[in-house]
Amino acid sequence: MVYQLPPWAALAPTLLFVAVALVLFVIDSINPDTENRLLLAATATAGSLAAAGVSVWYLLAGTGEAPIRLFQNTLVVDTMSLFFAFVFASVTALVVVASYDYMRDHSYQAEYYALVALAASGMTLMPAANSLAVVFISLELSSLPSYALVAILKRNRGSVEAGLKYFLIGALSSSILAYGISLVYAVSGSLLLPQVAEAASVEGLTGVLGIGVLMVLGGFAFKTASVPFHFWAPEAYEGAPAPVSAFLSSASKAAGFAVAFRVFTVAFPVETYVQTAAASIDWVLAVQILAVVTMTLGNFAAATQDTVKRMLAYSSVGHAGYALIGLAALTGGNDQFVLGASMAHLLVYGFMNTGAFLFIALAEYWSVGRTFEDYNGLATRAPFACAAMTVFMFSLAGLPPFGGFASKYLLFAGAVGAGFWWLAAVGAINSALSLYYYSRVVKAMWIEEPSSEFAIESKPVGLYAAIAAAAVATVLLLPGFAPVWEYAQSAAAALVA
Amino acid sequence: MWIEALIAVTLASAGAVFLSPNKVAGKIAFVLSLLPVGGSLWMYSTYEASGNALLEGSTLAFETNADWIVAGPYSLNWHVGLDGISMPLIALTTVLTSLALLASWTPIDERQSQFYGLMLFLEASLLGVFSALDFFVWFVFWEMVLVPMYVLIGVWGGPRRKYAAIKMFVYTNIASLALFIGFTALVFGLGDAVNTFDMAAVAQALRAGELGALGPIGAGTLKLVAFVAMFVGFAVKVPVVPFHTWLPDAHVEAPTPVSIMLAGVLLKMGTYALLRFNFTMLPDIAQQNAQLIALFAVISVIYGAMLALAQTDLKRIVAYSSVSSMGYVILGLVAYTVYGMGGATFQMVAHGLISGLMFMAVGVIYNTTHTRMVSDMSGLASKMPITVAVFVAGAFGYMGLPLMAGFAAELFIFLGAFGAFEGSVLFTAAAMFGIVIVAGYLLLAMQRTLFGPFEIETDYEVSPAAFHDVAPLVVLILLVVLLGVDPNIFFEMIQNAVDPLAPAAGGGV
Repeated sequence: MVYQLPPWAALAPTLLFVAVALVLFVIDSINPDTENRLLLAATATAGSLAAAGVSVWYLLAGTGEAPIRLFQNTLVVDTMSLFFAFVFASVTALVVVASYDYMRDHSYQAEYYALVALAASGMTLMPAANSLAVVFISLELSSLPSYALVAILKRNRGSVEAGLKYFLIGALSSSILAYGISLVYAVSGSLLLPQVAEAASVEGLTGVLGIGVLMVLGGFAFKTASVPFHFWAPEAYEGAPAPVSAFLSSASKAAGFAVAFRVFTVAFPVETYVQTAAASIDWVLAVQILAVVTMTLGNFAAATQDTVKRMLAYSSVGHAGYALIGLAALTGGNDQFVLGASMAHLLVYGFMNTGAFLFIALAEYWSVGRTFEDYNGLATRAPFACAAMTVFMFSLAGLPPFGGFASKYLLFAGAVGAGFWWLAAVGAINSALSLYYYSRVVKAMWIEEPSSEFAIESKPVGLYAAIAAAAVATVLLLPGFAPVWEYAQSAAAALVA
Repeated sequence: MWIEALIAVTLASAGAVFLSPNKVAGKIAFVLSLLPVGGSLWMYSTYEASGNALLEGSTLAFETNADWIVAGPYSLNWHVGLDGISMPLIALTTVLTSLALLASWTPIDERQSQFYGLMLFLEASLLGVFSALDFFVWFVFWEMVLVPMYVLIGVWGGPRRKYAAIKMFVYTNIASLALFIGFTALVFGLGDAVNTFDMAAVAQALRAGELGALGPIGAGTLKLVAFVAMFVGFAVKVPVVPFHTWLPDAHVEAPTPVSIMLAGVLLKMGTYALLRFNFTMLPDIAQQNAQLIALFAVISVIYGAMLALAQTDLKRIVAYSSVSSMGYVILGLVAYTVYGMGGATFQMVAHGLISGLMFMAVGVIYNTTHTRMVSDMSGLASKMPITVAVFVAGAFGYMGLPLMAGFAAELFIFLGAFGAFEGSVLFTAAAMFGIVIVAGYLLLAMQRTLFGPFEIETDYEVSPAAFHDVAPLVVLILLVVLLGVDPNIFFEMIQNAVDPLAPAAGGGV
């Protein structure tokens, strides 16, 4: 007889992160001044790896193939939520391993790891949210710890300022989201996504409901750092400790997309307004505009930056624009392909972008400096780390032979297949432009002569391990793209098929 | 299986060399590079294939076709294999890399492990380019070549290396984008006729006339636009005038071994891809515009040679003469005759060896004189007899002296192109005139630098070159003569592979 796990066990990734946070609180309350960095980081790492492992196990075992509905259908665990749980858990693992060195001399060690675990638990809940109330709560659960994480360097002006800015804009967009949700509820009389869809199919996305949909879209634009709520991102990513920037720009962004994918495809499916009233809010059109503006703005802003971290922050905005294609190219008859491509891109992006920010963390650890010029000649001193950074840069630019090439290519191919060739064209042009600023980093590291004399005193094990793992994953994601693609496709099938 | 092993061994060697200490990296790299040489020679000796890899009725050597990614209606496969066109280029790549590594021992004196690691990485990518038969795989390798090249020129190059590296990177990347869009548009235009990016499937579907409209663009226009996009993309790599301006900069700034790889193998990527894509997949467009393409070829031949004539830097002379020689390849390809296309493919190998040899010889001279200016030196023959002898022999190979590889190649091209299409007589005659200019500038340069009384403008002592500098030169000249005496070493298999292309296009001899 096969032992059957209880249904709530499907939430294991989330529960593991909550458990890690609680354990860290316990450790902290027993010994508030603990200097045992290893214990804290190891606990967080073990928890994240376990969460990643469980998600892979569930995916392989086919746990999500028949969606598991929990708590009166307010949570649903399917292939899509497990797929994203894996993304968040692997990014979290990389971040906490890197933080072992980066947070060495900072106070609030235990709090730091606990906040990361709490934010991660919120993120793993987001793709599973099947009710607008859970959407809001899980989004706040991941956002509130993030505000504190950005500002965790309490004596660093930039960090505190970034935290405040992030918090204010976050509060504003949360209120917009909450207001949007209330409008949707007022019309549909339900918070459950499928019931919202039923109500919407009767009268289409008109009037109050239409405004509600747009406001919900705005709330997600904040979380994904898309135009028009992107302007917190460069400040927050630059001011925050680099591992936190990695965490926010990879995992938090992907979480925003995950929840947006589910809400828009399940609660406001395209058919409702295509088939009903002509005055419906065409949110696909809105997303198309957002996608084009976001990728163009992100890329052009990135090209004009002087500091590497800020360049990466804007490049992360640009990548939000690419990922938006997943929603923007719906209605083209190629829904599953393009939505899956967007998810696969977010997974690859999780590794390459985290790796890039962790390299910044390494540079900050060595006090290399912030501008492109400060990176001059770095390859002569740290060839291995610079080789890894080269991998991240070229993969972000979408050059072969890295994972970013496959995912970006399939994303654009999906848009073309859906008939939105102009979306793909804008994406491809932006992608080509992005090579300019990514290659500036490569050029500085490998080709320029060192402009300043500095010595690398130590090679931090944790940062190196995390960067190496991210680089290996980025490279292997090209030959090993097939399974990622298949699971992304079945994750998308759970939403739009 | 063997191709994978070849690439994997080369990649693993690159990794090992990257981690090895600077002092011994060169020696380790050379010894490890003998593995792919042995592998490719073994593959040559057991080679058994017939027909053109992209056309029906062919059997390939060492073929593997495995599923990789299934993306919607399209499956992307790991498909590699060799036919008579790619086998000689694989052999050329491995041999030339080994010799170039040997030629690096003297000039490369910093960050050796990175240099040799990147050279081997470059070799692995090149092997992939010449063996891949699925567009996706091929494109991955095609782009992989760029990264090591960019760093190799940018770090170890001459004074203007950064400019040269960026210029090369930007030119070839824009070209890649053009060819990528061109090819993908063709695949999408084929619609349901193909469900893969396999080059053979696409080529056969295109030749069967399955191309439909893509959105508002009709089939005829799509064909032409895709042809132009791919042609421009590859023309940058070849390079064809007027897309050649990155090449002299890259060559002059690149260190000797990188120049050898650039002229010897990287330029052949362009002509190889032209043959595989434009001329195999869209023969009708190529033939309709034969005169125009031939015009580009002849302009490359004459203009490249004229530019070479005007140079005062030995390396620049050799660099521009590459532009000229690659023009012959285009002329041979557009002829659509067995001799024309076969000669063009043979010229890829012959020019790879001869231009590699010329760059190597210039590098050896530079190592000891520290100048490349023609006016700065004379009478080197008395000081470096062997190097100069090989240089002279190589130069005569360039001019197409009988019994050298260049003669066989150019003879085949002219024979094949002479009566191939309307007006081809004129183009062939004009291209033949190019040889006169080649002879002119090479004889002039040699007469000034190598012969006469010994004189030099620098303070360095000129002494005979070291054994490890001269040995690769001698090996190369022997190979050039060997191929000139017996072209059938490669020509037989080349002929077999281009044969199906020519009659389908209505070509003759």
